Amino acid sequence: MKSTAKNIYTALIFLFLYAPIATLMVLSFNASKTRSKWGGFTFKWYSSLFRNDEILEALGNTLLIAFVSALVATVIGTIACVAMNSMKRRSRTVLMGITNIPMLNAEIVTGISLMLLFISMGLRFGLGTILLSHITFNIPYVILSIMPRMKQLNPSTYEAALDLGASHTTAFFKVVFPDLLPGILSGFLMAFTMSLDDFIITHFTKGAGIDTLSTKIYTEVKKGIKPEMYALSTLIFVTVLILLLLVNMAPAKKFRDVSERRKS
Amino acid sequence: MINKRNLLFAVFGLSIPMLLSGCGSSKGGVNGEVIVYNWGEYLDPETIEIFEEETGIKVIYDEFETNEVMYPKVESGAASYDVVCPSDYMISKMIANDMLAPLNFDNIPNAKKNIGAQYFEQSRSFDPDNQYSVPYCWGTVGILYNKTMVEEPITSWAQLWDEKYADNILMQDSVRDAFMVAEKLNGFSMNTIDAAELETAKNALIEQKPLVQAYVIDQVRDKMIGNEAAIGVIYSGEAIYTQRENPDLVYVIPEEGTNVWIDSWVILKDAPNKENAEKFIDFMCRDDIALKNFEYITYSTPNDAARELIEDEDIKNSDIAFPDLSLYNNLETYVYLGEEGDALYNTLWKEVKSN
Amino acid sequence: MTSKNKWLSTPYVLWSVMFIIIPLGMIFYYGLTDKTGAFTLDNITAIATAEHAKALWLSLLLSLISTLICFLLAYPLAMILSNMKVNQHSFIILIFILPMWMNFLLRTLAWQTLLEKSGVINSVLNLLHLPNINIINTPYAIILGMVYNFLPFMVLPLYNVLSKIDENVLDASKDLGAGNVYTFVRIILPLSIPGIISGITMVFVPALTTFVISTLLGGSKILLIGNVIEQEFTQASNWHLGSGLSIVLMIFIILNMIASAVFDKDGEGATL
Repeated sequence: MKSTAKNIYTALIFLFLYAPIATLMVLSFNASKTRSKWGGFTFKWYSSLFRNDEILEALGNTLLIAFVSALVATVIGTIACVAMNSMKRRSRTVLMGITNIPMLNAEIVTGISLMLLFISMGLRFGLGTILLSHITFNIPYVILSIMPRMKQLNPSTYEAALDLGASHTTAFFKVVFPDLLPGILSGFLMAFTMSLDDFIITHFTKGAGIDTLSTKIYTEVKKGIKPEMYALSTLIFVTVLILLLLVNMAPAKKFRDVSERRKS
Repeated sequence: MINKRNLLFAVFGLSIPMLLSGCGSSKGGVNGEVIVYNWGEYLDPETIEIFEEETGIKVIYDEFETNEVMYPKVESGAASYDVVCPSDYMISKMIANDMLAPLNFDNIPNAKKNIGAQYFEQSRSFDPDNQYSVPYCWGTVGILYNKTMVEEPITSWAQLWDEKYADNILMQDSVRDAFMVAEKLNGFSMNTIDAAELETAKNALIEQKPLVQAYVIDQVRDKMIGNEAAIGVIYSGEAIYTQRENPDLVYVIPEEGTNVWIDSWVILKDAPNKENAEKFIDFMCRDDIALKNFEYITYSTPNDAARELIEDEDIKNSDIAFPDLSLYNNLETYVYLGEEGDALYNTLWKEVKSN
Repeated sequence: MTSKNKWLSTPYVLWSVMFIIIPLGMIFYYGLTDKTGAFTLDNITAIATAEHAKALWLSLLLSLISTLICFLLAYPLAMILSNMKVNQHSFIILIFILPMWMNFLLRTLAWQTLLEKSGVINSVLNLLHLPNINIINTPYAIILGMVYNFLPFMVLPLYNVLSKIDENVLDASKDLGAGNVYTFVRIILPLSIPGIISGITMVFVPALTTFVISTLLGGSKILLIGNVIEQEFTQASNWHLGSGLSIVLMIFIILNMIASAVFDKDGEGATL
């Protein structure tokens, strides 16, 4: 009975999280161009999506920026976590405080402050400025994902590895890294998704002629979202979902295969 | 652990081919480039393709939301634009701050040939010598109402204060347009900077606020089509589209008068590609191109030659798309109020919003 | 891990100075000067004017409520999830990140479609002959939007620490005769404090500073401090005032940071 209550609770939360997504999916099949009117079922937005160069280019930009910025942020962030863990308490607190700034600050302030910086540096606004900004706001997400794990680490295992003759690097990769990996992974994914989802900072640091999906959608909010955008979001979502299911099913199946083979 | 690694590869595997496809965007045409900064969804993308094909000039195209968003970006030089399409009062602000280059109309022959003389005349209110701007679109601000949801025809701004329509009213979420409504209601000029008049207008807006369902910009369109509200303040350019989607909707210019606005092409003083910019403006003034844009965005075109080409007689003679302005009283065009005037309006608008 | 690791922080320190500290300095420069470049405190004291103070108060209220709701929803969920099979970790994390693959603006717009007067939820309620809910364009809709958008940021850090708690510790507690409640209060809760701090930080701050949610779900009728700052930058183009108000906002953010630091110390103590 208790587990039923748990399941219902979990289900309700998922309903809450996924109801708007279901709505967007339904809208992608809406023949009417307007969000608030159902005009019958259609696939036409899916075919026109692939003829829409602007949206596809924005998609390419978005993924490129998200991937590169998340990767760089994960590397810098992981290294920073390791370094911070061995710092004196005071300098660690200072650095953590600085780390918190981009996360804690209003995004618009971060965006504007970076814009002011880039102007004063005389940089030309474009892909480069967006990347620099995204890395900047992604690092804290990586650090905040890893730090709780870092704090739970037992330092004696690392020291034990050193005592047993492992080099610092080996000890790190054999002992510390596996424990941190879930944090690093979730940090990377979080950074990737944050970058994917960012609008405000991109808006202030992008240049002429380059759009991510967010800035594209924002300009479309003004004139009504093009249904192709719903179609694209649905496709991205379903792709990720399927990948997720496949990846999760595969090992379980393998395991079952193995155990069945053993039985026979 | 294998599980997680697979996952990672799955995520990467998805993104890598996609991002590679995104890298192929080309740089500069054979005849250089032109950087255009325009309102969102404010021209037919096909016209840009045609321009690029015909001239070999690569168009770098960027969009803005409001004049107020556009201005600081252009002023800061964050991106070096060539051609911009601001509205009337913003053009006068840009002229006042020496940001625009005078146009050489010899290089823009289509402008004088196709654009109606009255639009240049009207432009004098913000560009006194017609030196800097070429009209691109124009229109009025009016009321869109759903005839099945109101009890009597809407003719006046005053009906936006009628308690009957509580929670059924959509106002414009921009300071000048919101104040324009209250100022016209009270018979003031919409360019007033008189403190007492503005106080009256502000109080009117505060009084109206409980009746307002939402302050929105272009979402008025979707909400009116979806029968979410009975009355909305809207730009005339949206009226044709909304009526097509929902025949119950009617557009009126209120009897107290309203704003007649013009959005015009201008070239920035620091434009890196002035010649290409003039070619671009000239191209936009060509009758067939202006027609394409009109059909795409449905905002009134000042291009008389293009209007002649419209095949649908109803639209060609539509008094929404091409109203006879002499039939209306108290029409005005926004002018730049100066820095202090702008600041005053912004402060009052915040007071309305936070009340 | 000793001094050898110290130089490892160099890239991050350099990065922080270049892209966090210096830009922030620019905000302070703008916030403390007027249009002529002369020093002034006017942009800071502007927070005391009625419209700004009201916006700040409302922002604090709504973001605190949202953070509390997020915490109350997320904690039981994180506990349920952390008790699931170990090989589902990444799956669970992704389930919560997954909605973010649909664009933030689109997701929030979708709530409009759901909540509108003639929206999806009300149509369903009508079908069932239930009374309609009318929360669109009210503070309730904004709270809903905040909870919706930021809930994953509460769940993930909580899940992260809870799933890391050693089962043996819990068994030991039970073996020693502690009840479920006692085990929760004395063991689980203290061990999860780092996650709680992360979660609160990750929800409270974006909620406090948002302007998109209040615009889309509040019908622009409700002015939050984020909206004020946004308008100063993009509409009024008074960057000095916008920067000044941002500095005020940062004071609250710093308060949050101090609170985190205080609690975090306890958290570390509990881990030892």
